[in-house]
Parts: sequence; structure tokens; C-alpha cells
Amino acid sequence: MKTVTVNNISKSYSEVKAIENISFDVNEAEIFGLIGPDGAGKTTIFRILTTLILADHGNASLLNYDVVKDYKKIRQIIGYMPGRFSLYQDLTVEENLNFFATVFGTTIKENYDLIKDIYQQIEPFKKRRAGALSGGMKQKLALSCALIHKPEILILDEPTTGVDAVSRKEFWEMLRQLKNRGITILVSTPYMDEASLCDRVALIQKGKIMQIDTPNKIVNNFEKTLYAVRAGNIYRLLQSLRESELTHSAYPFGQYVHYTAKESLNDVADLLDHLTRNGFQNIEIQEIKPNIEDCFMALMS
Amino acid sequence: MRTIKFIIQKEFKQIFRNKSMLPIIFVVPFVQLIILVHAATFEMKNIDMYVVDNDMSSTSRQLISKFGGSPFFRLKKTTFSIKEAEAALLSDEADVVMVINSGMEKSLVRENKASVQLLVNAINGTVAGISNYYVMSILASYNKDLITKWYGVAQSSQIKQININYSFWYNPELNYKTYMVPGILVLLVTIISLFLSGMNLVREKEIGTIEQINVTPIHKYQFIIGKLVPFWIIAMLELALGLTLGKLLFNIPIVGNIFLVFAFASVYLLAVLGIGLFISTIAHNQLQSMFFSFFFMLVFILMSGLFTSVESMPDWAQMLDRINPIYYFIRVMRMILLKGSTFKNIVSEFISISIYAIVVLSLAVWRYRKTV
Repeated sequence: MKTVTVNNISKSYSEVKAIENISFDVNEAEIFGLIGPDGAGKTTIFRILTTLILADHGNASLLNYDVVKDYKKIRQIIGYMPGRFSLYQDLTVEENLNFFATVFGTTIKENYDLIKDIYQQIEPFKKRRAGALSGGMKQKLALSCALIHKPEILILDEPTTGVDAVSRKEFWEMLRQLKNRGITILVSTPYMDEASLCDRVALIQKGKIMQIDTPNKIVNNFEKTLYAVRAGNIYRLLQSLRESELTHSAYPFGQYVHYTAKESLNDVADLLDHLTRNGFQNIEIQEIKPNIEDCFMALMS
Repeated sequence: MRTIKFIIQKEFKQIFRNKSMLPIIFVVPFVQLIILVHAATFEMKNIDMYVVDNDMSSTSRQLISKFGGSPFFRLKKTTFSIKEAEAALLSDEADVVMVINSGMEKSLVRENKASVQLLVNAINGTVAGISNYYVMSILASYNKDLITKWYGVAQSSQIKQININYSFWYNPELNYKTYMVPGILVLLVTIISLFLSGMNLVREKEIGTIEQINVTPIHKYQFIIGKLVPFWIIAMLELALGLTLGKLLFNIPIVGNIFLVFAFASVYLLAVLGIGLFISTIAHNQLQSMFFSFFFMLVFILMSGLFTSVESMPDWAQMLDRINPIYYFIRVMRMILLKGSTFKNIVSEFISISIYAIVVLSLAVWRYRKTV
């Protein structure tokens, strides 16, 4: 059985089409990632699934409960963490948790084992007001509050945005553990490097889904051979490559420029020739394995 | 029930943790009460008067001394120049100028009549009207003196006239404080409950917590009750405190049953909180909510009958006042406190405010959606 099914949903805000004909399924106990830049429509999808807004067209269901008809039921089985920190900043850590437990008709004690691992990390600060917590701790508290009623589906809208690298790693580790407990997790992120941590991802851009697959398959589907190129001034290199007839795509990636050629035959020799003719020195070309970001860039072009 | 209890608890915690909120709730209103009651008075004292006496007769001097003896007038200057007096009027140094032309006494003796001119600064219409009234009554009393003096007591007693004696009911000394304190108390309670409830829900919108709340299975009615009850309690407490202060500081009379006041207030506050809630469902942030509340408040106050009598407003305005909750409460407050009205006397106001509360609250609940 599919835990989440989304069928052809669209939503416009007056003139602007936020999402168009979005369809996807999420399996039980999997981490499903919506990967896309800001404004791609990730939050809109989540808001429809969490029954906060209605879609213009299409339908969606969670555990066979329709998001429109059975919204009351859905609100009991999902845990939602909005993109913006949405807990009461003037209440303490403990009070926040207590409040949300009560609102869901349960107590901290009842589901303590589920949040134990996460909550223990912030427990020393339980008398501190939520507003005074650091970004990483806020996320942990928000996750605890979203989990306190033992939801079957967890929906996390950009949980790691604005969180430091260490906390991000910890956070994903926690998600993995929750998944092992059988919780289905939908997560969105603008960070491409987090895509590989999901079981399956949907690459989304301008309200449309470009591809849905496991991170591995997406990477394997990359058709062209990808090269990382370096030669002196990166900006001049990028310009030169973009002007070249040989180039299929070229974009900066750290200290390198990632490059694919139109013709795969003799591509390295052609490139080297082109660069030397244009006066580049210390040319470094190496074939690399593409990552999700490369796939995203390829799909976008 | 447990959920509602928890929401109420949460609201109280938030209110008491907000450092700027507590003084707003408890200190500001009472400072306002003390200042407003002393300041908002129509009593006219110290009307500055200039006299232009070109007659310089015993009659004119007697007339002037009559004003000098009145507690309402302050004779600032006697001059011979109308120009100077007019200049004083222009520069706000004089409120009233009385001009006595030369030959006033002569004319009075020969022709049995004389006239004096009165120039009143009418920038403030109310003040001008009242000053004018005071001057007239002094002139009338002087007239009577003259008649008695010239024609003797016998003659004057022959003039048949109806003697009018006033007796002011419910406020025999026409004490302004007695009249103002109940009204101002209503205002303070209203301001607090309207503004706080108007800002509260919007605040959750603004900081985003509403999004988290909306995905919970919490019921609309639970949430709204949980939101309104704390402010209802605070406003009731405020009313009790205000009445105590009014009694202690201004010794306002409490003729009627004080519990009737609280019974009415309990329904009245529902109506006001309903308006506040309605505002906060429309507004997108606290600033907008403030402006909305301010707008309603201003109209409600000016039409409430606190400063001006509702009965003297045009008919359409009186009709409009039926949707002004403050109008009802000020009326009832004065009726109970000053007049000792019983429930039977205020039953129509009670019904009106009950209907009002039901309508406004339903509107607010209908308008509040658990969606973004």
C-alpha cells in the first residue's frame, strides 16, 4: 500500500502557478525528499498535504484518507514541522512539548520512547524559553513536538535550512532512526547534497516535477560524461566554455567548472585543444561521477 | 476540557511573561483613570474677562463688580480701548469682552433701557456657549437688583413671575467626577479587552505558530474559548479594580447592585472580545489590527455618550448607536451606579447586548478558518 498518493494536483495564487500537475507516491517507511530551489513549490505541496490549503485540481490522500474529506483524521496521523520555527518562543522547552502533547490528546510520558533520543539532547535546557535556543536545538524541539503524538507520517518543510553542518548531519541521522521505527517521512530541502540521504527523491523546479527516482538511479541516468575542469581564472574559463561550440553545459562547482560536451567522441582532446588555443595554462581535466546537483542542472537546461 | 484548560494556561503564561504587557494591562488604565477624570470636565472656571468701560458711571462700576465677585470670571483688565480688548481676544488672553458704551447710565435712567455688548471667543463652541450663559445670568440678576433699587421692593414684588428652582436628581451637586468615572471605567475595560484580543490571534499569525496549531486536531471552539477566556478574566478584574479605585479616590456613589454591573459586564465583554477576534481574523499583522481597533474605538467612544449626550444626536446617529456596545455599557453603568436601577430597568439593554455578543462571536468564529 502506498502511504501517500498525490494525483495531478495544481495550485495557483491569483496569476502565479505555484504547482502544476504534481503526482507522486510515497511508500511506507521511506524517506521521500522534495528537492528543489526556493520557490519551486515544495511548501505549497506540503501545505496541501497537511490540509492547510486546498488544491485547485487533483486529489491527494494519506493512508487512504482524502486531504479534503478526511482532513480531521489526517490531522491526527501527521506530524508537521513548518519551514519557519513555529513554536511558542515565550514558552519553555518543556511547556511547548507539554502543550502540543495536550493538544493532541496525549501526554509526554505516553510517547516518551519515540522522542527520547532527540529530546534527551535538549532536556538539560528544558526550563529555557524556546526563543533563546540555538538553531539546531530549535529544530530538535520542533521535531520532538511534531512527534509527540506518534504520527504515522512526518512532514518536514526544509528542516535543515539555516542549521549548521554538524546539526544537519545529526538531524538526518535522527530521521533515519525514525524511519527504522516505521514512520514515513516526507522532507523538502534546497540542499542537493542532502538528496543522497533520502530513499527516493523528486526533483522539482518551477512547480513541476522533473524526475522521481532513487538518488542512485538519478545519478546513473546521467547520460553524458561529466568533466571537472580547472585552468587559472575560473570566471574566464567559464565564459570561454560557454561561448564555445563544443559545450553542452558548463557551470561552476566549487573550484572547478563542470563541463559536458555536445559530442562525446574525442571530447577531452577537443576541450584541451580549445582551451590551449584560448591561452589557458595549467589545464586540469578529469572525468568525475555526477551527483544530484549535476543531474538537476542537466534537467533544468 | 483538558485542552481548553491548557490553552488558557498557555495564554496566561504568555501574557505574564510579556514584560511590556503587564504594565499596559494594569498600570496604564489606572493612570488614565486618574488623569482623565480630573481633566475631562466641562466645568468652567476662570473665564478671562476684559471690560471696556467707556461710561465710568456708578451703574457700570456696579455691574463690573458683579463679575468681579463671581467665582467663574477673572477680571483681567479694564480699559477704554475696544481695539485693545479685541486684540486680547485674538491672542487668547481674553475669553469674553464686555463693552459698555458711554452714556449707558444716562440712557438707562432716561429711556429705561440700555445695552452692553458682549464679545465671546467661540473657537470652542461649548466653552463659548457656557460663558455666554454665565454672563447672561449675571446680567439678569443685576437687572433685578436695579429694578428693586429704583422702584422699591413694592414695585418689584408686584411683577408676577414664576420662580424656577432646580433640583438635580441622581447627582444633586452636579459633580462631574460622579458622572465621568463610570463612563471612563467602561472605556478602559473596553480598550484593554478589544486591543488585547485583537492583537492576540494576529500575533500567532505573525510569528507563524498558527500554522503549527492549525494542523493539530484542536477544535475551533476550543481554540477560541481558550483565547477569549483569559482576556475576559483580565477585563473583569480590571473592572473590579477600577470600581474600587473609583470608590476610594473619587467616592463615586454606588446606589444600585454592584453584581448587576458585573453581570452586564460579563456579557458586554463577550461582545467586545468578539469584535477583537473578528478584527484579528481580518488583519494580517499586529499593526493592521491596531489600526482597525483604533478606528472602531474612536467611533465608539465619540458616539458613546461619554462626553456628549446621545439624546441630542440626530436620529440617524442614535440609530447607529445601537451597534455601539460602549453606548449600552456606559448607559447601564450610570443607571445602576448613580440611579440604582434594577434588572427590570436595564432589561432591554441586556437583551440588546446579548444579541450583539451572539452575532459578533458567530461572525468571528465563522470568519476564523483553520487554513492559511
